[in-house]
This record gives sequence, structure tokens and C-alpha cells, in this order.
Amino acid sequence: MTLELRQTDRPYLPRGVRVQRDEVRDRTVLMAPEKVIELDQIGMAILSRVDGSARFSEIVQDLAATYNAPAEQIETDVQRFLQTLRSRVYLMVRE
Amino acid sequence: MSTPAPIAMLAELTHRCPLSCPYCSNPVELERKETELDTDTWKDVFKQAHALGVLQLHLSGGEPASRRDLEELTEYASQIGLYTNLITSGIGLTPKRLDRLEEVGLDHVQMSLQGTNAALADHIGGYRGGFDRKMIVAREIRDRGIPLTLNAVMHRQNLDDLDRTIEMAVELGARRLEVACVQFHGWALKNRAALLPTREQALAVKDTVAKAAQRLQGVLAFDFVPPDYYADFPKACMGGWGSTGLNVTPDGTVLPCHAAQTIKHLQFDNVQSKTLAEIWQNSPAFNAYRGTDWLPEPCQSCERKEIDFGGCRCQALALAGDAAATDPVCRKSPLHAQVSAILQEEPEAGSNDLIYRKL
Repeated sequence: MTLELRQTDRPYLPRGVRVQRDEVRDRTVLMAPEKVIELDQIGMAILSRVDGSARFSEIVQDLAATYNAPAEQIETDVQRFLQTLRSRVYLMVRE
Repeated sequence: MSTPAPIAMLAELTHRCPLSCPYCSNPVELERKETELDTDTWKDVFKQAHALGVLQLHLSGGEPASRRDLEELTEYASQIGLYTNLITSGIGLTPKRLDRLEEVGLDHVQMSLQGTNAALADHIGGYRGGFDRKMIVAREIRDRGIPLTLNAVMHRQNLDDLDRTIEMAVELGARRLEVACVQFHGWALKNRAALLPTREQALAVKDTVAKAAQRLQGVLAFDFVPPDYYADFPKACMGGWGSTGLNVTPDGTVLPCHAAQTIKHLQFDNVQSKTLAEIWQNSPAFNAYRGTDWLPEPCQSCERKEIDFGGCRCQALALAGDAAATDPVCRKSPLHAQVSAILQEEPEAGSNDLIYRKL
């Protein structure tokens, strides 16, 4: 299986993976089985759009519009970020 | 200077377990049921841990399902915002208990695997019928969709079954497989001659895991703990002593790692007499090997000192007789020849007879 997301793929966080506040350290983290990943602003912006219904292309377009950035650059960043999560099965996709 | 807060806590709810694996991570001197913390004390420990900064709670043992209050403890931990992970053999879990655990918010299960068939697994676990019961529970977990990691503890007697182990992880719907080669302290050290992999196995396991990880990417993630006697460099114990995690034993003793009690000169505090925060920050046992200032040579001037922190303290004690020594599995250790000598002898000459853990 390739990790690359297709334009029409609808990514989602599977059960056991969630975005959560870490109050003690004043940050937002991705909680996964036996793993805590600190999220930066970009990671948070991407994951706030990952809901299992938005398609990859829509997430990219929305981010490009919101941050007034070139869609091509955004797509590269989103693809890389989501693939990293997918490689650990912290992210899955629906077609 | 204030120490950064721990991320994870391993709560060993009990040392009771129906299995008696010869590499059990519990100490050689097991704690009896009478000394176990009660439900309310455990809840208070969870609450303190959460306030301190712990995000993930590993409910472990022994077999945590041996505690009748496992569901109540899981519910409480989940309610206060801890990510709850159940580390289990599966024995003692029933459909009804799994329903309840799901209902109260259990986030994830890590299930141990002793072998790929009943004959092998029950021999290693020392418990007849254990494998079949485990498989029933594993399917119950899969069918519910509870996130599952399989933890396959590997050694000379089951490493040749690695391919089947990987297949089983896929069949059982696990998202992650830990291929954890046995680490030699405590019970495992007693059984080293029977468990130490051969050189061929040590080479093969690395290759098999790398290929499977590639083939199964996006389906099954791998965590690989290599057989460290064959490694060039030691593992960072707990990612650095007293840096990210802590362990509470059944009677409330707080340890920097589950094997730390093998280091006899360290004094460990207990949650029944001190707060978790106080122990984490100030306990001499936690400060003994924290950071890098205490490191001896060749570690002190080594470019890897922030990577492996001199390796495992318990292993240093076991092999070098000094918990503050460089872990002898490191090829730079002046005592590394000892490890090479063990590897020359034990995997070939060692008998397969096992000493099972017992009270």
C-alpha cells in the first residue's frame, strides 16, 4: 500500500487517536496508542480539517484560502504531514 | 532547577498473573495481593499523575485483569482525562468485561504474544490453555474495533516464528506490532542461556522486520526492540532515567523503570508516604542517573550521550557490577568483551530449560 493520499481520499483519525489539550504544558497534542505528538500551528490547522468527510483536495483548498498561500506548497506540506501519521496508522482514509 | 514533568505512567496494579513467563518484567521478588494499593489509593495516584503532567496511563501488572476494580480504575482515569492503555495477556478478560471497559472509555489494548501456536505459547507462558483463551479475547477486541497493539516478546525459542507472528498481527486487526526481543534483567537474566538468540536469528529478525514494515505500511506499524547484546550501541533506558516516565508497583513504590529495584543501593519512595510530584522531583533514586552529568567515560565524551544516556542502568549493574558504568552492550564499553564472550557461548551451549516466574 502506498501512503500517498489521493485527491479524493477522505482522511480521518481512527479510534484511539485524538487531538487534545495538554494543560500542564500549555500546548495541543495528538494522542495515539502509547504515543504523544506535539502539534504546532500548522499541524493543528491541518487536523482541524480532518474529519472523515472532507476530501484531501478540499482540505488543501481550504488551507490555501484561509492562509492565503499557494495551494501547491500547501499540498506538499499536508501530504507530508498526513503521510507521516499514516505510516504509524494514526491516520486512515476513506475513499 | 525544576525537572520536566513525566508524560507516561506505568501502573502495575498487581503482580498476580495466571502466566509465568520466564522473562517477566516484574521483579524477582514479587509483591503479594495483601500489599496491593486499594482502589481509592490508585485513583488518587492517577489524579496526582494527571496534575503532574502525565498524559498516558498504562494499566499493567502482572495481569491487570486480575484486579476486579480494573473497570472502575479505567473509568476514573478516563474521566479525569488520561489516555488509558491496558497492557494485558488477555487472560481474565471476558466479553462482558470488554463491554464495560469500552463503555468507560478504554482507549487502547496492548496484548502480549508468547508464541504463534498453543504448544509454543503455552510452554513459554507456563499456562496450559492460555493461547486459545488469548485468541478468543483478541478476536473479541478486534470485532469491537478497540485499537490493538500486539507485543510479541521474541527470543531464541520463538524467533524462527516471526513471519507467522506478523501474519497473526494482521489477521487480528492489530494496528501495531512490537517485535520486542527480550531484555536481560530480572527473570530474563535467570533464563538468558535459554533465551539468548543466535547470531543468525539476530541478523534475520532485523531484516524480516524491515521488509514487513515496508510491505505493510499504512496497515501495520512496527516497533522493533533489537536484541541489544548484538547491537553496537545500548538502548536509552526509559528515554533517559527520570525524564519522561515513571512506574508505580502494586504496593505504591515509585520507580524510574520497572527493573530499577535490581539496583539495591537505591531507596525508592512510596505514594503512601509522599506525593508523586515530590517523588518525581526530589527522590534521590530519580535523581541518581538523571541527565548526563553523572555519566562516566567513555560516555561523557561520546557524541551519543544525549541519545542513549549510557544505556540501561540495570544492565550495567548486571553485567559490570556497577549501575553507574557504561552499559557493557555498547561496543565502546571497556567491558564489552564480556558480552562477546556470552554470545560465543550461550546461544549454542545453553539448554532450552526455563525457570518460570513465581512468588
